[in-house]
Amino acid sequence: MGFFFEVLIAGLLSGVMYSLVALGFVLIYKASGVFNFAQGSLVFFAALTFVGLMEHHLSFGVALVVTLLVMIAVGLAIERFVLRPLVNQPQISLFMATIGLSFFIEGLAQLVWGASVRGLDLGIQDEPIAWISDRTGINISKFDLMAAGIAAVLVIALALFFNRTRIVRALRAVADDHQAALAVGIPLQQIWAIVWAVAGFVALVTGLLWGARNGVQFALTFVALKALPVLILGGFESIPGAIVGGLIIGATEKLAEVFVGPYVGGGIEGWFPYVLALMFLLVRPEGLFGEKIIRRI
Amino acid sequence: MLYREAGQFKETYAADSAIFPILQDRIGVALIVLVAFVVIPLVASPYLFSAILIPCLILALAALGLNLLTGYAGQLSLGAAAFMAVGAFMSYNFALRVPHIPLLLTFVGGGLSAAAVGILFGLPSLRIRGFYLAVATLAAQFFILWCLTKVGWFTNDNPSGVITAQAIVIAGYTFDSPQEKYLLVLSIVTVMAVAAKNMVRGNVGRQWMAIRDMDVAAEVIGIRPMRSKLLAFAISSFYCGVAGALFAYAYLGTVEPEAYSLDLSFRILFMIIIGGIGTVMGAFLGSAFIVMIPIALSTFVEFLDGTLHLGVPSSVSSNLELMVFGALIIFFLIVEPYGLARIWQITKEKLRLWPFPH
Repeated sequence: MGFFFEVLIAGLLSGVMYSLVALGFVLIYKASGVFNFAQGSLVFFAALTFVGLMEHHLSFGVALVVTLLVMIAVGLAIERFVLRPLVNQPQISLFMATIGLSFFIEGLAQLVWGASVRGLDLGIQDEPIAWISDRTGINISKFDLMAAGIAAVLVIALALFFNRTRIVRALRAVADDHQAALAVGIPLQQIWAIVWAVAGFVALVTGLLWGARNGVQFALTFVALKALPVLILGGFESIPGAIVGGLIIGATEKLAEVFVGPYVGGGIEGWFPYVLALMFLLVRPEGLFGEKIIRRI
Repeated sequence: MLYREAGQFKETYAADSAIFPILQDRIGVALIVLVAFVVIPLVASPYLFSAILIPCLILALAALGLNLLTGYAGQLSLGAAAFMAVGAFMSYNFALRVPHIPLLLTFVGGGLSAAAVGILFGLPSLRIRGFYLAVATLAAQFFILWCLTKVGWFTNDNPSGVITAQAIVIAGYTFDSPQEKYLLVLSIVTVMAVAAKNMVRGNVGRQWMAIRDMDVAAEVIGIRPMRSKLLAFAISSFYCGVAGALFAYAYLGTVEPEAYSLDLSFRILFMIIIGGIGTVMGAFLGSAFIVMIPIALSTFVEFLDGTLHLGVPSSVSSNLELMVFGALIIFFLIVEPYGLARIWQITKEKLRLWPFPH
């Protein structure tokens, strides 16, 4: 039984990491109705920039601030050169544009910083917390726990930011209909700039945590693929959905891999979250917390 | 002046519903067919066949399949390459396990298997839509490729996972040279493209378009959404399956799961977006564009490197290619969101009036 809980907790904690990526998606989707496929590339770009700056003997804090500024600049550039010319285009065009964007950012990141795999040390050891394993026999990684804590702080901060400011109502209007939002005087460009800058910040935090865990490498871009089932499970528009979805996906994925995987040849982590999310959608087509779509003629 | 329908009267219903109602169109199509079937095989080099023409045609067929589903029936799919993989592997297995089966029939078998899998993964579309469905189709992509890698039956328990495809032998004749393969691919693609064009002009296509434009309204006027959507998934997957089999047999020469990655799915999606969503011609234009861009880019970088002696390392040039590719896609979406097929439409409008401005 102890083993079961250990797997479960490890899964939940890795689910938090998925939630972080999903959060970046949700922010942009809520704000502009854009399904931003480039979020994974942004994560990669942020982590690579940070590590690259650290290699130039900048201190941790300075590198963090510089990377944050770079990410905000990237967000603003995306708004200016990709989204602004595509206002009021169908969603699928915007989605394709973000896939193009992800190619661009991946190329840029590797062009500037090189493609070699790098380690990233945040000063937190990835080792079991001794007193918990002594008392209960369950190993919980200190790093995972820290990551969960950081994610919690981030979510609360974002929730406050988006619920206590006027921005949230503007956001909802923009996501609903670009043209109508412009017509009632919402400063679309400012709103998008803010949201993309925030998404850049989330990408930075995600990139640091994932980079510290798995090393900073091209595979970080695939993290985005892990976040997609989280998104459809939780609902595209919902921040709590991203969190709960991440926890469910993380836990079931690990449990399935450990307890079912050996019977079917292993490696089911790649598709199991998708199939799970798919099953779930058959019951609730708009995800757990997604907005119910009312369709009229 | 050159391109207009004035003076061409239709006297029968058959003439009215002809696939190319205007004489100039018929001449144009006849010319294209003549060039594709006669001129190109006579003049093109083997490199041109195997590096550009064959992949262009095969991927155009896959893009056509995806376009039927996404462009006409409005169901966004990110799993086209997985259905191609089903087609390739099932063709291989039909050829391997059914004695004396004609190769063309194995392609059909591969396509039908892909269609069956397509219906299975199309079932969620009855319940979910939009991006939720798109992400759900990713399940097909990952699950199918996992199955093909893990289940030994598909690869005939080949330890390397890379199988050499059987030689293309049809009615005792071996299609061996790039030229012969090109002609085979071209014939199959032509037949299927004409079939697709007729399908989207007819009852089925109109049902799909009604579903795409507003599914509730389509249901109200008596279109059965379940039947139409599943038919779209089946036919689209059939096209992708045949394309996948051709991809393995006529282009790669091997059957391997890695060839049908998510990357290929995205490239096929790019083809229909850049070519023009909801057009048959767009699939071909988009495929030509996406296949040739990387080749053109690398040739260009090599040329620059050769003339200027910059000594650009290959990692830099490959990253530059990635960036230019991404930028071009964004650029095209911005300047022509309806795709290359739309540019052709505009050209035709201009030709009608030429040389007069109005």
